[in-house]
Amino acid sequence: MSKTQYTYAVARIRALEVSLFSASTIEQLIACKDVESCLRFLQDKGWGGTDVPMDADAILTREREKIWETMEEMHVDMDVFNVLSYTNWFHNLKAAVKEVCTGKSGANIFYEGTPIPKEEMLRIIKEKDYKALPENMQTAAEEAVEALLHSGDGQLCDIIIDRATMEAIKEAGRASKDDIIRDYAESTVAVANIKIAVRALKTAKSLEFMQRAMAPCDSLNVDGLARAALAGMDSIIEYLNGNGYAAGAEALKESPSAFERWCDNRIIQTIKPQKTNPFSLGPLVAYVIARENEIKTVRIILTCKQNGLSDDSIRERVREMYV
Amino acid sequence: MSELFTNGTVWALLGVALAVVLSGCGSAYGVGVAGQAAAGVVTEDPSKFAKVLIMQLLPGTQGIYGLLVAFVTLSRIGILGGSEPELVKGLLIFAACLPIGIVGLVSAIHQGRTSVAAIGIVAKKPEQFGKAMLLPAMVETYAILALLVSILAIFSI
Repeated sequence: MSKTQYTYAVARIRALEVSLFSASTIEQLIACKDVESCLRFLQDKGWGGTDVPMDADAILTREREKIWETMEEMHVDMDVFNVLSYTNWFHNLKAAVKEVCTGKSGANIFYEGTPIPKEEMLRIIKEKDYKALPENMQTAAEEAVEALLHSGDGQLCDIIIDRATMEAIKEAGRASKDDIIRDYAESTVAVANIKIAVRALKTAKSLEFMQRAMAPCDSLNVDGLARAALAGMDSIIEYLNGNGYAAGAEALKESPSAFERWCDNRIIQTIKPQKTNPFSLGPLVAYVIARENEIKTVRIILTCKQNGLSDDSIRERVREMYV
Repeated sequence: MSELFTNGTVWALLGVALAVVLSGCGSAYGVGVAGQAAAGVVTEDPSKFAKVLIMQLLPGTQGIYGLLVAFVTLSRIGILGGSEPELVKGLLIFAACLPIGIVGLVSAIHQGRTSVAAIGIVAKKPEQFGKAMLLPAMVETYAILALLVSILAIFSI
């Protein structure tokens, strides 16, 4: 366990947690009649800012910026949060590989604020200068480029990079002195493997495909999960019931959106014990994940409102809140 | 050099020093760590300053108890009053000072950490201030017991 206590930062986070959205606040947001009233509701709650236009994307982007501004203000070593951003970093790698290999520009699909900016990532892939990438990206980048150039199979490229993402997260968990990072990494990788199994079943993928796509983790035997996926949905459900993922099995039985919701809720449940922890990095990481989850939930609600979904359909998609 | 160890005043002063130093160090840590937490809360919500200040001060009492024991002792061993003690009396005074020194150190550290947790309660539920304050105050019990034992022992020697 890390010796740093983060006493000041944790206490500050406790004060900030008061303004996190609870389930009842989310219910109030769902009750707003249209997107405009949702945005007004969010502004009344302090979302966005005086210089931010009344626009969903602008407000949500500003809220994400506020998370990192808060962490920087507290002088926390930002490297400890890298594991939370790995999916974005590897997403940019995937986008660059596809843009370079297919020649189709995806100008708006890159995440900003990553350590390697879009232009640099494109240069690295074009010049095959893989050594300029972080170590955990190098092999995956080379394999993905070769796979896409030789087979033209975009899905193969995806699974190579997605697996590398999960392996990087798992390795960051193993290397961390903080329990929260280890638990987050394990939950993230396990949930990703379950998602792969379910999607592979629906698209009738082979055992080899699943074994290549899944990253090893401690709480699930990926070979067993892949074989269960080959046998059918009932086998996956039985496998999950027998391996401590009974809630996931129940969600799978209920509906696809209930399963997607469970996948996110599982991460929130992993971090919930941090609400009562007065020291350590745990509450800080939990706050960042909780805020990301809150923003994601608000985005889901706004998108559902834009598409005219009923309140009950929105509730089915809404994630569990941290507070 | 050996005369030092057979001098009662030396042992009594050593006891005084331990009472002040150990309990003072404990209080310094406790007040410091609680102060960091208090600063975190006040950064976001300055209206909670008075409540978190009380929480921060709670672990400071052990240092005061150590000082009290030190004053009483000094007034009985010929420094501020009284007469110089014999070796046995000096050793007894030394032993009498130990409870507040050791218990003061340990209880102040734990009270500081409990105050941090209680400040977390005040940050989220300020209306629960009374209950939150009781939790670190419970740790005080053992510092008071140690103070009583030290004071009673010194007066009885």
